[in-house]
Amino acid sequence: MSEHSTYIPGNAVEKWLDDRLPVVRFAREHLMDFPTPKNLNYWWTFGAILVMCLGVQIVTGIILAMHYTPNVAMAFDSVEHIRRDVNGGRIIQATHAVGASMFFVALYIHMFRGLFYGSYKAPREILWILGVLIFLLTTATAFMGYILPWGQMSFWGATVISNIFSAIPLVGESIKQLVLGGFAVGNPTLNRFFSLHYLLPFIIAAVVALHIWALHVPGNNNPVGVEVKDTRDTVPFHPYYTMKDLFAMVVFMIPFAWFVFFAPDILGHPDNYIMANSQVTPAHIVPEWYLLPFYTILRAIDFNVLFIDSKLGGVIAMGGAMLCLLIVPWLDTSKVRSGTFRPMFKWFYGLFVLNFLGLAYLGAQEAAEPYTTLAKVCTAYYFIYFLVILPVLSRIETPKPLPTSISESVLGKAHA
Amino acid sequence: MSTQAEHTTTNRRDFLFVATGAVGAVGAAAVVWPLINQLNPDASTLALASIQYDVSPIAEGQSVTIMWRGLPVFVRHRTEREIEEARAVPLSDLKDPETDEARVKEGHAEWLIMIANCTHLGCIPTGQSGDFDGWFCPCHGSHYDSSGRIRRGPAPANLVVPPYEFVSDTLVQIG
Amino acid sequence: MKKHSFILAAAALVAGLAMAPAAQAAEAGMQPERQAWSFGGIFGTYDTNQLQRGFQVFREVCASCHGAHLIAFRNLMEPGGPEFSEAQVRALAAEYEVADITADGGVRPAVPADRWPSPFANDQEARDANGGSMPPDFSVLAKARGVKDPFPTWVFNYFTGYQEGGPDYIHALLTGYHAEVPETAPHGEDGTPFQLPEGKYYNDYFPGHAIGMAPPLADGVIDYADGENGVSVPETLDQYSTDVSAFMMWMAEPHLVSRKQTGFVVLIFLVVFAGLMWGTKRKLWAGIEH
Repeated sequence: MSEHSTYIPGNAVEKWLDDRLPVVRFAREHLMDFPTPKNLNYWWTFGAILVMCLGVQIVTGIILAMHYTPNVAMAFDSVEHIRRDVNGGRIIQATHAVGASMFFVALYIHMFRGLFYGSYKAPREILWILGVLIFLLTTATAFMGYILPWGQMSFWGATVISNIFSAIPLVGESIKQLVLGGFAVGNPTLNRFFSLHYLLPFIIAAVVALHIWALHVPGNNNPVGVEVKDTRDTVPFHPYYTMKDLFAMVVFMIPFAWFVFFAPDILGHPDNYIMANSQVTPAHIVPEWYLLPFYTILRAIDFNVLFIDSKLGGVIAMGGAMLCLLIVPWLDTSKVRSGTFRPMFKWFYGLFVLNFLGLAYLGAQEAAEPYTTLAKVCTAYYFIYFLVILPVLSRIETPKPLPTSISESVLGKAHA
Repeated sequence: MSTQAEHTTTNRRDFLFVATGAVGAVGAAAVVWPLINQLNPDASTLALASIQYDVSPIAEGQSVTIMWRGLPVFVRHRTEREIEEARAVPLSDLKDPETDEARVKEGHAEWLIMIANCTHLGCIPTGQSGDFDGWFCPCHGSHYDSSGRIRRGPAPANLVVPPYEFVSDTLVQIG
Repeated sequence: MKKHSFILAAAALVAGLAMAPAAQAAEAGMQPERQAWSFGGIFGTYDTNQLQRGFQVFREVCASCHGAHLIAFRNLMEPGGPEFSEAQVRALAAEYEVADITADGGVRPAVPADRWPSPFANDQEARDANGGSMPPDFSVLAKARGVKDPFPTWVFNYFTGYQEGGPDYIHALLTGYHAEVPETAPHGEDGTPFQLPEGKYYNDYFPGHAIGMAPPLADGVIDYADGENGVSVPETLDQYSTDVSAFMMWMAEPHLVSRKQTGFVVLIFLVVFAGLMWGTKRKLWAGIEH
């Protein structure tokens, strides 16, 4: 690791500092000189975009917390106060709300990139698991954040999701009360969700630091999936990837700004402009779009399996869907990382992406035919992909010949 | 790869790089400003920065305390005697020399309007008490006269007159 | 090839994103027609005169039952809104009384900084006075109502930034009353005719069609002042409904105009900056085979 850097302290002060706290050396090694494969495509820019998203959410969130009141009587009006009276409040609030959606767009792209290029395979299993952990933490944070405006969808979303806990046998009801701080969603719930919503992003930031640490041990995976052989395969992270990532960030900000300034409410739901009312349920409860695939899996289990009732079954299925992501490094044992060189895998992967989009679409539909059957089919494919297709493909598939090095693949492309 | 270092150094002064950097700096500044500006008083606070108050119900010799920008403000309808008393004091007797005329509006000498915080450490003085027929601050013993000027005690300055004007004979706009 | 697959996949993701709050089950209400709002689209701004007329409708008709507790009198003189003069707003505010524990008798005339007083003390009183139906507060109502567009219209909405479902619905509701249950009314599953409950009114657009609010507007119920150049606005149900819907949209989104103006500058900046960044990145990478 340390030999990546050519850092030599320039003067006595830098030398003095370097002997005591080598921050400059650390920054040079990890942010500037880090050798990065030179063939990374634009799918690899989403890591940096995600760091930006987390930063945007933390900064705007801290500002919103200065003006927000976490109390059931005042929360709704205080959000409107931010939109109406605070200087620039409408834009800061919209950036935070739209930012959650943009965060998940980047997060899903980042995950699907990893799934295609086999970025979870040895020696990057821990890197991948930390990433899944970040996904789970982000989901929890986003969910709690959605409760804070205290609209109808906030309230009923919290009610529906907290009932998931009650599915746990024996202790479910007690756990639910523990989480809510009462027998139903109320002021204690809002207060603790606000507290946790403020806390979790900093925990996410800490896990992101571990994620990058785990990345910098083996170094980046790359589109051909062949490990770096020598320095001809790499370029220093700065300025090559800093500039490329910055360019991608600016491009990413264009649709982001489009939503913030021209359609700030289109990703939300009109019902959340009605203050929470525990006596009236909205006609159609939908979670935010980024939770829909998992929501569909939760709803798809509408039948009892042996002694497991449908409610618990749904919760187990949703948990299992997340668990599949955690153990995928050991399900896909193919020696070839990149999907580019796996002719059969490519097709199943493409179907998996479409299937995931289908799960999202179905989550927004009412629970009626033909949607319920389709939901079961899509849920089944989700699990079959991880539990059957990936292990079997690892055995039967004949991969295309791999280039011997990154440099060779790059040259081959240039001459083709 | 050997040309790499060369590239970065020769291009660094390139117009394109400079332009990109400059535009980026402008963008960063444009993002930072609203993040700071949101700390400023919001529209609902600013709407109360200027208030109108009808003084007609206050009888001679009475005072009311009203709130303005989060601070208590004395509005006193002074008696003839208080006005004469205040105007008879020679400036040389004052710790913070200021004429009574300068502390009220012309033609409205009976109305004394002051922020009700002692200029020492911010307590609210008691009205019509102390040794000078004005205000007395119980916290640290400052005495103010009938024009709200400091006469004795630790306070360094006269009670502060906020910016105000008479919109009509009885309607005062403070702030 | 690499670039192609990137674009394709990006398009798929955008489509996936778009799908999410997909067209939901049609409630038993008709699809409102889209109106030509001055504030629609990326260049849309409020029409000051229309907002002033809408305010007149709100004040003379709606406000007797509906509150707007997030609106302060001062908002009526802010740029981008109805833009009444300060003197007009002061005079208007003084006509209303607001609770103030520091005032004699607990009430005082309102000032511009005060919020619009609600017509009822609480929800229960509001219900009791309106035959059990609660007149909803107007502050954000225009954004709390939406239109569920069929496929593929809702996909296009993400690219056109269509956000006017609320005012479309309100306009449709106000013009959608029938004096008697019409023949188009839905029948029960067993073919029984539509039963309008006592004290309810039939409306084409209200979910379930039976609405507690009597038709609030009709041709000629409000006198519009003639414009400066003598042009008079028609005093019709349709015009009143359009004006008050626009006013409600302004109440819900008072900073719409400045938001879009800022957005325009931001988008132009980002496109220019992205172009420069692209050039910089290309130049930097020119010597590297990748």
